[in-house]
Amino acid sequence: MNTTLRDNIDWVGYVDWTVRDFHGYNTDRGVTYNAYLIRDEKTALVDTVKAPFADRLLQSIAALTDPAEVDYVVCNHAELDHAGGMTRVMEVLPNATLACNKKCEAVLSKHHDSSGWKTHIVATGDTLPLGKRTLRFIETPMVHWPESMFTYIPEEKLLFSMDAFGQHYASSQRFDDEVPLCTVMEEAKTYYANIVMPFGRQVAKVLEEVAKLDIEMIAPSHGVIWRSHAPAIVEAYTNWSTCRPKPKVLVIYDTMWDSTGRMARAIHEGASLPGVAAELIHIRSSSLTRIAAEVLDAAAIAFGSSTLNQGMLPMAGAVLTYLKGLKPVAKAGMAFGSYGWSKGGPEAVDDYMKAMKWEVLREPIRAQYRPTFEVLDECRAAGRLLAEKAREMAADRRAGERLCVDP
Amino acid sequence: MTYDMTRYACTVCSYGYHPMKGDPENGIPPGTAFEDLPDNWRCPWCGASKEQFVPEKEEQSDVRREDS
Repeated sequence: MNTTLRDNIDWVGYVDWTVRDFHGYNTDRGVTYNAYLIRDEKTALVDTVKAPFADRLLQSIAALTDPAEVDYVVCNHAELDHAGGMTRVMEVLPNATLACNKKCEAVLSKHHDSSGWKTHIVATGDTLPLGKRTLRFIETPMVHWPESMFTYIPEEKLLFSMDAFGQHYASSQRFDDEVPLCTVMEEAKTYYANIVMPFGRQVAKVLEEVAKLDIEMIAPSHGVIWRSHAPAIVEAYTNWSTCRPKPKVLVIYDTMWDSTGRMARAIHEGASLPGVAAELIHIRSSSLTRIAAEVLDAAAIAFGSSTLNQGMLPMAGAVLTYLKGLKPVAKAGMAFGSYGWSKGGPEAVDDYMKAMKWEVLREPIRAQYRPTFEVLDECRAAGRLLAEKAREMAADRRAGERLCVDP
Repeated sequence: MTYDMTRYACTVCSYGYHPMKGDPENGIPPGTAFEDLPDNWRCPWCGASKEQFVPEKEEQSDVRREDS
């Protein structure tokens, strides 16, 4: 495995092939926790790994240098998948000084007994000279935690971007040009949608800062390192930060006795117009993780639920609760669903769409017990309405945009 | 109604509340003093409560981001 980014800059992280759950995020392709060792006149470790793998990180460091030689441990992000190993790392590296910002120190001190640590507080614009190379720090608040930070090496045109531009993707290769680009982009998009989407405005500001830097390589803290396709992932982030819509319609639903299912298929049939990607998603056959990724760049969304106990089906509620927190913007929508003796399902969906400030295109379509032919015709017409709206919303998209590189 | 245009910084995430800008996305019109924000107003970046804000002279907000 090639783990060398630049001369004396090496990946020393851990590949977690078998993990499938990250607090509800389905990591179907596993996870990597990236940490990097920079050996110069001074030696610096950038980030650590999740606690159970701290000794594997320390072994990788020991294979390259005497642990007593490590002068700095940079912490770009205090979340436990990167900083969980900090207690062990600071215990084993006898001469290391922790370099992090003020907010990061506060979070680390809650998770670890940091009383014996030497700490050097840094802020945006501060530098730490290592010899031939310099570490420069850029705070990136709320991308995606308050203490999040990038570390940049101008001499190497190398950006350690922490969770930004990352992917939950285990591979024995470390670089973007060694793995299928479509797969990496799909995982980068899934990561953005599930972790970063609520912070689109802050991402846009960070991208302005990134644009000022001379960058050849972006080394995130998850997944492969962007060395051949760095401009493509930056462009993708530019699109995702505004949820820039594709001509894409989603029909997302849950159903009890397939009445809402029949309505969903009729809407999907109506939405399947030329030039429009119409996707039919049954909630219990899919996952929160996949649905969030599909919603990110969809233009129009029909969301359906049967009525249960005067409200939505529970898994429909789970999806909408999750989406509401992720704050997808630039969406048009409509609710639909069946009911028996009391209303409640589609009405509750409609309330959620309005709370998310989506453009609601029409009142909910309802069917009592079973959709009649008339109701199914209304569903097909609503599907066409969504598809036409999606085309209009995505009108600025270039024809034939490369789907892999420009999600 | 007060006319105190002091900027406030979120101590959690560095968001800067600028009274001249308000928070229109969350129904706060430009020109609203921090003191006049409703008690249930939350930091639009991180969800922190009003009590977690301090006048900007005590803690710098992320001006680089907010002013651009």
